[in-house]
Order: sequence, then structure tokens, then C-alpha cells
Amino acid sequence: MRESVDHLAMLKAGLASIAGGVRLSADKRITTGHAAFDAALGGGLARGRVHELFAAEADDGPSAAGFAAMLALRAVGRGTPVFWLRTDEAGRHGGMIHAPGLVELGGDPDSLVLGQAPDTKALLRAAADAARCPGLGALIVEAHGKCPELDLTASRRLALAVEHSDMMLLMLRLEAEPAPSAADTRWAVSSAPSQALEANAPGAPTFEIELLRRRSGPAGMRWRLEWNRDRLSFTDPALPGAVVSLPSRRPAAAQPGLRLSA
Amino acid sequence: MALADARARVPALQAAERDEAADRAWLERLADGCIRYSPMVALDAPDGLILDVTGCTHLFGAERGLAADVEARMATLRMTVRLAFAGTPRAAHALARYQALPAKDEAAAIRKLPVAALELEPEATQGLLRAGLKSVGELARRPMPAIAARFGGEAVSALRELLGEAARPIKPRIPIAPVMAERRFAEPVARTEYALQVLGELAAKAARQLEEAGQGGRRFEAFFFRSDGLVRPLAVETSRPSRDPALVMRLMNERVETLSDPIDPGFGFDLIRLSVLVAEPLAVTQLRLEGGAAREAEVAALIDRLSTRLGRNRVRRLMAQDSHIPEQMQLSLPAVEAGQPAAYWPKAGAGEPPLRPLHLFDPPQPIKVMAEVPDGPPHRFRWRRKLHEVKRFEGPERIASEWWKRKDGAVDKAGLTRDYYRVEDARGRRFWVFRHGLYEEKPDPRWYLHGLFA
Repeated sequence: MRESVDHLAMLKAGLASIAGGVRLSADKRITTGHAAFDAALGGGLARGRVHELFAAEADDGPSAAGFAAMLALRAVGRGTPVFWLRTDEAGRHGGMIHAPGLVELGGDPDSLVLGQAPDTKALLRAAADAARCPGLGALIVEAHGKCPELDLTASRRLALAVEHSDMMLLMLRLEAEPAPSAADTRWAVSSAPSQALEANAPGAPTFEIELLRRRSGPAGMRWRLEWNRDRLSFTDPALPGAVVSLPSRRPAAAQPGLRLSA
Repeated sequence: MALADARARVPALQAAERDEAADRAWLERLADGCIRYSPMVALDAPDGLILDVTGCTHLFGAERGLAADVEARMATLRMTVRLAFAGTPRAAHALARYQALPAKDEAAAIRKLPVAALELEPEATQGLLRAGLKSVGELARRPMPAIAARFGGEAVSALRELLGEAARPIKPRIPIAPVMAERRFAEPVARTEYALQVLGELAAKAARQLEEAGQGGRRFEAFFFRSDGLVRPLAVETSRPSRDPALVMRLMNERVETLSDPIDPGFGFDLIRLSVLVAEPLAVTQLRLEGGAAREAEVAALIDRLSTRLGRNRVRRLMAQDSHIPEQMQLSLPAVEAGQPAAYWPKAGAGEPPLRPLHLFDPPQPIKVMAEVPDGPPHRFRWRRKLHEVKRFEGPERIASEWWKRKDGAVDKAGLTRDYYRVEDARGRRFWVFRHGLYEEKPDPRWYLHGLFA
């Protein structure tokens, strides 16, 4: 028995050396701020890896994109550039990125660089180049539709590139079905009803996320996360402390009256 | 003469429709090819080119050599040329087109030109001929005020320009580069790989010139001159001043790969030139010691590479704009030219949920809305054939058009007020919808979906 365990350990070590996967220490992980979530992942999402975010349904695209933007904000410091690559189709279908909306999530649009590729092939080529650039903090690649070009080879290429540059690559898949890939984790993101504020106003962004697959660990867990912009972290919407406290000067939400901007 | 008459006289006559756009494009290609002779090349539409060859002729063995070179190259393109050298562009233009009689020098030749060379209105030319003034010299002997009184001020200015008394500078087609490196070949080079290798050496040469001037280039343009007189330009841009030949060559190779039609050497290139069209000050730095700057340089290199491959409009940065109209709050600029922002992004209020969406539709998407009361919030709406039940809403947030853009400050159709609502449907999807126009502004205002919240 002991012998077989040794063999197993040896085989595992051999496989790890072939795969090039170095075991990650805790400082290489990006915490989300949500304790149970981080604990289940062994300290958060790994830096230098590819993480796939699938929109659970077609209408969950903006939520998945928002979730990716929030993870990128957790991953980078202020001023570190974030590169967001999209295709023309994504812009037509899902609207353009609106910088004031990014500010509302706690981001800095001045450090955002947007890339727009005419098709998926060009998108993947640009993504491979960007993934090799160590100056970037995070890279969001938004692929729309099935994308037969994004096969195992392509995703393995991206995974190797980010391993060297030590950045986080968030592969955003909208209107797509999960397919085999070299990603470290795979998630399904859908929007969830928010905690209502006063006068039944929609509250902070809330997500229902499911861990579909994980390279080294169990999968299938679900969480409900809420984004706290002021602390730049995810919280549990069920906790009473996580409910956004209302400032006293908030006439617009206190009664469904007018909010004048002009 | 009508075409039928011409065909009756010459049965083998070939006729073709006149295509002005194609003529113009061809003239532009010829003009680009002529920058091998002088950087100052201007179009003289519809059928001429003007070259300022001041200080350039000795490279080709004086004016005679230059003329022979031009004629030889144009002959390979099966073009017939009429050349003239003169002290002013106007005089050269007229001599090339109207000179019929030989003359001993330039001034005499100009004076012998017919008055048609002034290219006045047909009535003015007719008037001059009726007055017995057949040549430019005869006209020039008359007092100028009398000419102006009878044939208009244009006649005087045309005459003065032709005689070299008034200057009319030419506008070069390609701006003159502050830094330039070029190499001529005795034998044309037929291989593109070798041409690109030579371009690399020219980039190193240009880099030395830039370094001496303490400058870095922002826009580099390579010209591959073919021996038949045409030229193939290739331009790359960098987002920050640079004089690294390796970087320039990486971008050039990237550019070559993205060409839809590959560089055709034809009978070979006999001149390769690298121009630095835009140069900016660049101090000597040691990026490795400055930590952050090295990372910034890496990102800038990435932006340059992708801008070259995908096109400069496809890699963008967002700039803040000082406006309260949602779609005008940001300006999306190519990342290679984005400068300092003119405004600051609005701050998000502490404790508030996001009030602006991450994705914005421009133009907004029309939706069908059911509201409980006409000017109330939406109760349910249909967007892209899907029905959304509104469970939570906040609003209206009233965004009016800019009063300074309205006619007399009045509420007119061009600037309807929008009432924005943040709504959330039963599945938790958050939308930003608005009613375009108040009921007092418009009888039946329409609803639009403007953005999607995370």
C-alpha cells in the first residue's frame, strides 16, 4: 500500500513537471473578499491562470461582463492597465463599454484600454499578444457565440502565455456552451435579484455564480455574491452588515420623486 | 467634334468613358512616385504634377539628367509627359502646356506664350484677343491698372504670377519629414525580405539622427520606390515617442503581414526611404531602473503592435468629457493618439448602488413599455422579443438636453427631456430605460433601453 502511494506521488510530481504547473502560494491568489468563497478556492482565484466566465443565459451577458470587470479590479492596483478585448459583434450585441459605469463599480477608466477585433481569429491572436505583456494587470477577453476557433490548443496557448507574464486572464464567454479548455476554473455567472433599497429601488449588483469546473479540486458549488463598490470587495448579500447603508441625504430613493441632472 | 464624326474619320478609334476618380487616383500614385526626385511634390489637377526641385537637380546630373530620368520612367508606365522647368510653379505649368515657339531663355519663353496660358475665363481671353493682345509679352507691356479695369483683377494676378512678380507657393502632398534616411541601389532589389532588411538598417540610421536631436518618432513611413516610377508607402504609428529600430521594424513587419495585397516589387526597388513624419522630444532614460516606466513601455509596445495589426481605430482609450448627456460623457479615442484628458470622471457617491450602466447602447434600443400611469415608471417592457416584468425601479432621473443648444431656450423637438429609470426584472437583470420626452413636450413619447447594469 505504502509503495503504491509513493508511486502515486511520483506520478503526480512527474505530471506536474510535464504540465509546467507550479504550485501556487497564497500570495499568488486574488481574494474576492467573500470568506466562504475564498476558503473553497484555497485563497481565491489564481494569478497567472485563465479563468472562464460563462454567462448562464444569453441575458446574463452584462452580469458576466460586470463580474469579470470586478474580478479585474480586485486583481490590479490603481493605475495598472486593464486590457479589455472584444469583437465587433460583442459591441453590436451588448453595447459599448461605458466609462461612467465603470467608475460606478469602483474602477478607473483612465487605466482601461479597449481592443476591438473584427473576428474571433483576430481576437485570439490579439489576446495571445496581450497575454504575453507583463505590464498589464488583467486581461478580459470577451468572446461572443460558440467560437470554434477557441479550441483546446488556443486556450492552452493563452494559459502558457499568462503563466509567464503572471497576469489574470478572464475569458468571458457569452451565449456559449462550456467546452474542454485549459482554463484553471470555469464559472457560470447569472444575475440575481438585488437587496432592495428604500422605496424598492434596485440595490448593489448581485450575482449567482456556480463553479462548473476546477483543475485541482471539487466543483459544483454555488454562491450568491454582492459587489461592494466602496470596499472594492464581494460580500454575502444575506448578511445584514452587507446591506448598503443609506446616507441621510438621499431624497431620490426615499421617495420616488425626481432626480434632476440638467 | 462628335464621337460619330471622329469614328467616321478614324474607323479604328478606341473610345473610353472618362473616369475622373480613376484619373485622380492614378495622378496621386504618380505624385507619390515622384517624391524620389524632391520631397516637395504637389498635384496640379487634373493632369499635372508640380515638383519643387530647388537643390535637388545635382543628384540626377542637372536639370537635363532629371528630365531624362523622368521621361525614361514614365515611358515604362506608357505615359507621355511634357516637361518644363521654370522659376515659379505657374510659369512651369504654362510652359509645359502652351509653349509652341522656341526661345533663348525662360523670360523670353514666357513672353512668347499665347494669352490662353493665363487660363482666364473664356470671355476675358476672347476680349484680350479682340484687343489684339496675342502673347503674354504684349500684355505685359500694357499698364497693369488698365488691364485690371478691362479684364478683371484675376488677369493681373495671373500675369504677375506667370512673370514671377507674385509668388504662389505649392502645397506638398506629403508633409516634409524632419528626419529621413534613404538608400539607392545601383541594381533594383527584387526580394521583399532583403528590402525589409535594408529598411531595418535605415531605421538604425534614422534612430542615430533622432538621438542626436534628442527626439523620438511618433509616425514612421517607409517608401519602397519601384524602378518603374511607382511607390509603395507603409506607415506605422507609436503611442509614445520612440527611436528603437527593433520596435519600428516589429511594427513594420506587423504592417506587412496585415496588407491585403502583398508588396509587389515589380521589376525591383531601386530606392528605399524611411521618413520620420512626426517627431517629439524624447530624453535618454534607463527604463530598467525606473520600474514603473518599464511596465508602461511594455503596455505602450502592446498598444502599438495591436494598433498596427488591427488598425488604429480598433485599440482605444476612453477620455472623460464634461457633459451630463450619458452618451457624451466619454470620448473614445485611438490609444495611439490619446493625450491628457480634458475633464475628470464623475465620482461615485459612497453607499449608493451603481447609477450608470457598464454597457451603453448608442443609439438607444427602442422598447415597448406598459406603464401603470402614462408618466409613471414602466411596469413591464419588451426588448428583443423578450418580456421583462419590472420588480424594482428607481426614478425618474430627469436628464434634459443642454439649454444652450435649444432654440431660444425653448423646448423644441431636437432636445427632448429624458426620464431615466433604473429597473430590475424578476430574474435580477438590471436595465437603464428612459422615456424620450415629457408628456407636455410630445403627445406620445417613446421608450428606449439605454444601458445594461452589471
